[in-house]
Amino acid sequence: MSWLTQTFSSSIGRKFLTALTGFFLIIFLIGHVTGNLLLFKPDEGRAFNEYTAFMTGNLGIMIVRYLLYAAILAHVIITLLLAYHNRKARPVGYKKAAPSPHVSWSSRNMGILGTLVLIFIVIHMSNFWYSLKWGMVPTINYQEGGDIKNLYVVVLDSFSNLWYTALYVVMMVFLSLHLMHGFQSAFQTLGWRHKKYWPIIRNVGFWFSILVPIIFAAMPLYIYFFRNINH
Amino acid sequence: MNLTLNVWRQKGPADKGGFVTYEMKDINHHMSFLEMMDVLNERLEREGQEPVHFDHDCREGICGSCAMHINGRPHGPSKGTATCQLHMRLFNDGDVITVEPWRAKAFPVVKDLVVDRSAFDRIIQAGGYVSVNTGGVPDANEIPVPKKIADEAFNAATCISCGACVAACKNASAMLFVSAKVSQLALLPQGKVERKNRVEKMVAQMDAEGFGNCTNTQACSVECPKEISQDFIAMMNREYISAKFTSDNL
Repeated sequence: MSWLTQTFSSSIGRKFLTALTGFFLIIFLIGHVTGNLLLFKPDEGRAFNEYTAFMTGNLGIMIVRYLLYAAILAHVIITLLLAYHNRKARPVGYKKAAPSPHVSWSSRNMGILGTLVLIFIVIHMSNFWYSLKWGMVPTINYQEGGDIKNLYVVVLDSFSNLWYTALYVVMMVFLSLHLMHGFQSAFQTLGWRHKKYWPIIRNVGFWFSILVPIIFAAMPLYIYFFRNINH
Repeated sequence: MNLTLNVWRQKGPADKGGFVTYEMKDINHHMSFLEMMDVLNERLEREGQEPVHFDHDCREGICGSCAMHINGRPHGPSKGTATCQLHMRLFNDGDVITVEPWRAKAFPVVKDLVVDRSAFDRIIQAGGYVSVNTGGVPDANEIPVPKKIADEAFNAATCISCGACVAACKNASAMLFVSAKVSQLALLPQGKVERKNRVEKMVAQMDAEGFGNCTNTQACSVECPKEISQDFIAMMNREYISAKFTSDNL
């Protein structure tokens, strides 16, 4: 086995890859939430549709998008592998196991939270990404750019449904809990822990895990209550 | 105080094992947990039964052998304490106490509460030493070590290899133990010569022993009787990745 495969098949190497892909997904979340803020612009979705057209037509962004799909897959596969090894490491469990004090619930349940987030990603992508790529999305013409796909109406349609809106909001709670541990855990795994910076990392991680899911959840709620096409 | 003890009894590695309940009467609350176990064993011997096997040596919180999972937590409910330093005054009259051995594939049960922790020894044998010839005894001031570094190395060196980190970790990971040993030597001048080889070999051995992976829950530090910090796990991660990319080992 070469030193490189040896590195990334070791326990620390696998965790290193999980942290790196996790970081990439965190950066993606920042981009995603920023772009989607255009849904709040009162222009009947024009800015959002133009943004979507740019994001789907730009070569550089297309490369980043495929890197993102690869990162999601790698993050899932490596963590599944780690979970399999972890399960084997304790074949006989304790009859009585009390959680240690000050150990967060999310840190102990990252597997469950990650699985729920993955299920949400699949639902989310089949609803928006699949529709945009292969579905019947109506087009709209804003004159300058010719016909572009009107994803805004797909979004309005989706979030006019109470159950989908509720699912989206609940899933953001799970994303928040997943990030609550994952953010600081990635820094720890990469060895970026220092007395000076660790409190900052923990604080930034905490607020990131709260704010990003809140902004994401605000979108369906805003549409359901204020932009609902059934109104 | 009167207690009900549920103790894991297992005749040998091949035995399935199970809990046996013992009613304990008039236990002095000044006793340590191991002294209470002694009381139980004396009674069992008097009754012609086999005493409960458990590891113990110094009974001063230093040797790290008194490995017991008490009421769902390694070394019991007291913070920064080995089982031998755990006092019965922390329990209440009428309590039901469940005592189990460490549970990990790498720590197979030998008998009752005794587990085989030689996996830790093999990790140390893989690289947890200084083999370079350091010559004669130099004057203490000849090798200057800043106080801060010396303190940090000492904090890592306080690890008593008890295995509570493995027992507490939901993944049965040995990262806290290995990181303490790696960091202790990497921080000191004598250990720096072999630091890259050491971390590579010790991590490889840790993986080969079948310990799980660290998911940074930090339960290990919480339950460690010597309160070894998570800083050392971060340090080992840095040491390992840096060694893998810069050492001469192919």
